Amino acid sequence: MSKLGVQDYPLAETRPGAIRGKRGMALQDITLASVLAGEVTMADLQITAKALHDQAEIAGDAGRATLALNFARAAELVDVPQELVMSTYELLRPGRAQCKQELHDRAALFRQQYSAPLIADFIVEAADIYDRRGLFTYRF
Amino acid sequence: MTENVGDVALPNRWRRFAEWDARPLRLDKFAREDAAHGFSAFRSPADPKPGIGIAAGKIAAMDGVLAHDFDMIDAFIARHHLDLSVAEEAMAMDSGLLARMLVDMNVPRTELVRLSRGCTPAKLADVVSRLNALEIAFAYSKMRARKTPGNQAHVTNAKDDPLQLAADAAIAVAYGFDEVETTMRVSRNAWSNAVACAVGAAVGRWGVLFQCSSEEAEELRIGMAGFTSYAETVSVYGTEKSFTDGDDTPWSKGFLTAAYASRGIKMRCTSGAGSELLMGFHEAKTLLYLEARCLCLQRGMGVQGTQNGGIDGAPLTATVPGGVRELMAENLIAVWLDLECASGNDARTSESEIRVGAKILPYLIAGSDLICSGFGSIPAYDNSFNPSLFNAEEMEDYLVLQRDFEADGGLTPLAEHKALDLRTRAVAAISAVLEELGLATPTADMKASVIVASGSAETRSFTPGEVAPISDAIKERDITVIDVIKALAKRGFAEEAENLLNVVKLRVSGDYLQTSAMVRQGRVISAINDPNDYSGPGSGYAMTEKRRHQVNDIRDQLDQGEVLRSEAQFEKAEARRIAYHATGSAMVGVAGDEVVIGISPAFGVKLFQTTAGHKLSDVLRVLVDAIAARGLRARVVRLRHTADTSFLGLSAARLSGSGIGIGIQAKGTAVIHAAVRLPHNNLELFSNAPITKLEHYAGLGRNAAAYALGEAPEPVIVPTRGEAMGSRYHARVAMIYAIETGLIEEGAAPHEIDLTFMAAPR
Repeated sequence: MSKLGVQDYPLAETRPGAIRGKRGMALQDITLASVLAGEVTMADLQITAKALHDQAEIAGDAGRATLALNFARAAELVDVPQELVMSTYELLRPGRAQCKQELHDRAALFRQQYSAPLIADFIVEAADIYDRRGLFTYRF
Repeated sequence: MTENVGDVALPNRWRRFAEWDARPLRLDKFAREDAAHGFSAFRSPADPKPGIGIAAGKIAAMDGVLAHDFDMIDAFIARHHLDLSVAEEAMAMDSGLLARMLVDMNVPRTELVRLSRGCTPAKLADVVSRLNALEIAFAYSKMRARKTPGNQAHVTNAKDDPLQLAADAAIAVAYGFDEVETTMRVSRNAWSNAVACAVGAAVGRWGVLFQCSSEEAEELRIGMAGFTSYAETVSVYGTEKSFTDGDDTPWSKGFLTAAYASRGIKMRCTSGAGSELLMGFHEAKTLLYLEARCLCLQRGMGVQGTQNGGIDGAPLTATVPGGVRELMAENLIAVWLDLECASGNDARTSESEIRVGAKILPYLIAGSDLICSGFGSIPAYDNSFNPSLFNAEEMEDYLVLQRDFEADGGLTPLAEHKALDLRTRAVAAISAVLEELGLATPTADMKASVIVASGSAETRSFTPGEVAPISDAIKERDITVIDVIKALAKRGFAEEAENLLNVVKLRVSGDYLQTSAMVRQGRVISAINDPNDYSGPGSGYAMTEKRRHQVNDIRDQLDQGEVLRSEAQFEKAEARRIAYHATGSAMVGVAGDEVVIGISPAFGVKLFQTTAGHKLSDVLRVLVDAIAARGLRARVVRLRHTADTSFLGLSAARLSGSGIGIGIQAKGTAVIHAAVRLPHNNLELFSNAPITKLEHYAGLGRNAAAYALGEAPEPVIVPTRGEAMGSRYHARVAMIYAIETGLIEEGAAPHEIDLTFMAAPR
């Protein structure tokens, strides 16, 4: 299948049947009636990795490579539990990790358990810079 | 030192300075330019010269710093922002040439955006600093990403009262804001505020994006519960020390950027001049250069947009020479880098209304993705972010500025009768949700007090302490937007339930995660499907005729029909006080003891009061009485060939046996004339009718009599306090005058008028 481009945007209009929430419910089936019938959960209102990859293709076609890359990183985080997302954010803040290895371990977790190589690389990159700039120091 | 003039001792001060001291402007503080201490907008010896070194396909140096000396910010920019395929080309270009390209309508935006990806922070700053304020505004208009301009509102109140939040959110929606941002006085009230604003923003139409500014982890959780649809509190800073002092790094913020997108929540970062200066780590660099670093960082992180233009640092930046121009320049860098720009104009930068109006104008004319990143839609004291540049108090000023310049500032006037309906509906909707979910039971008195209140000082509703348990319950019971949608529908608010559902559904496709996305008429529009295509006059954004009418339709507009209707209300009452009998053509008088009063064609016929609101019967009565008091006789004629004051007066004088005449228009403008004088060389002119009192008309009659008696009276002066008569009255005056001129008959002879004053009840 060819890559999506700016002509496919907005996806909710050009392919409402193909847009699906996390449990597979099509966007067009999410209606007030189906909500009231108890058929819709919060998971049906969550974005999928596929939707993010689609948006990354559109952003790339519009010439926005960095935005596309962020969508690709986001796609890797879609199925990562909220607690891990927040604790990783916390770990990346100054002085939280005490050494390079802590960040490398976290990167390995993302790479192996969540198939998230972009996120893993991003964390490894941070570890190198933090090491060089002396961020692995205790902050009071 | 006190000087003396003759024997008179002079005080040591010209009093004008004391008057200036009392003006609001003097509450503003102004800092001297002092680059060494960070107080410089555009020029500092500590700023690096633009430069780049590329070796073996890697960046070896940037802006005078070698790669192994890069701090975190340099390192992030070098790795994630700079595009090596264009860096050498862009950096080799003359900054002056790039500056000219920014203001050249023939150079496409896309070409400039391509080049920006190869520009270092120092290069970007060097280029935009070459533009004057007008050029920056023009370049901004050309370079902003989305064609259609938008605006964002703050909706908060001093009590965190959910009823008022819902009512005010509904009002913000009705005014046309594309985004609503709330925050709270007490941090644990975040959940309650979010639910209240989400429900209020679902009243009337759907599509307003909503955020609740709170602690990062909490904000993301609230977003995941479906109550908010975007975030803009992810701050970045322009020096490494400020960044770590703010307890973050470019990588922690970059990770958070991906995290928001992974939850389908639109996000923009925040940065702005003055933050490093406020935090004490400015490295003696200029405000613009530090902000250029922030913006390159943001593009590198892959965030779709930025909230910049000073933001919390704007008031500090505005104290520096050129500071306001700098705020515009940093917004220009943002859009040049192809970022959505919520262009500041939020924190109030001045106590001077003139500085406030001047600050907003370039943005209003140029347009912006979000002109204000927080227009205070509530009164200044209810703004929990701090007062905005514009607040509810100045809402109508803003609407009129849109109309004046035919500029789309994103807002639409709200008809008075609609406001109460919307507030009533919003308060009923949030009350239903609170009851249905067992969170609270608002009383009728609470609701009524909120519906009519302008601000929280007038309400008898929830206090912050009463809101806290509501907020805790929403959080602890894991209430989600689905529960709220169900509650709304169950209680008869199907439309609001549907509207709220539509906003949450946006996150499934992720269309609104693209650059500069907002929702208009139920459609996502962004830089993808609504790109700014400005290429000269006739291109780019233009209001449709329908939109222009919306913008123009402010409250209380006058037209001639309105003037005639209001005059007609006085007609019957005047008929009980005075009768004008036309007895034939007016003759030239021979009696030296008469003063002729020449009234205008519509005087007492279609127009019945002066612009000051005096009944024409009263005006004529005091004139006649004042002339009689000097033993002379007033003779009244109606002139039908002219409505011009001078000629009314001159014609009256020429008909007068004494050679002295009074000319008076229905709106009250009057003149004393002498038959022997040139038309515009009158004896006394009473041109400020709106402030001319009956006592002045009495003086007019008295002096006219005195001239007829050969005396030289002291002219009557109608004191003015510098009122802007033109703005207050000229629209009405022009319409009134058209009614007068509509009755003119070319060459028609004056009529002799017999007046009968009746002692009718007032």
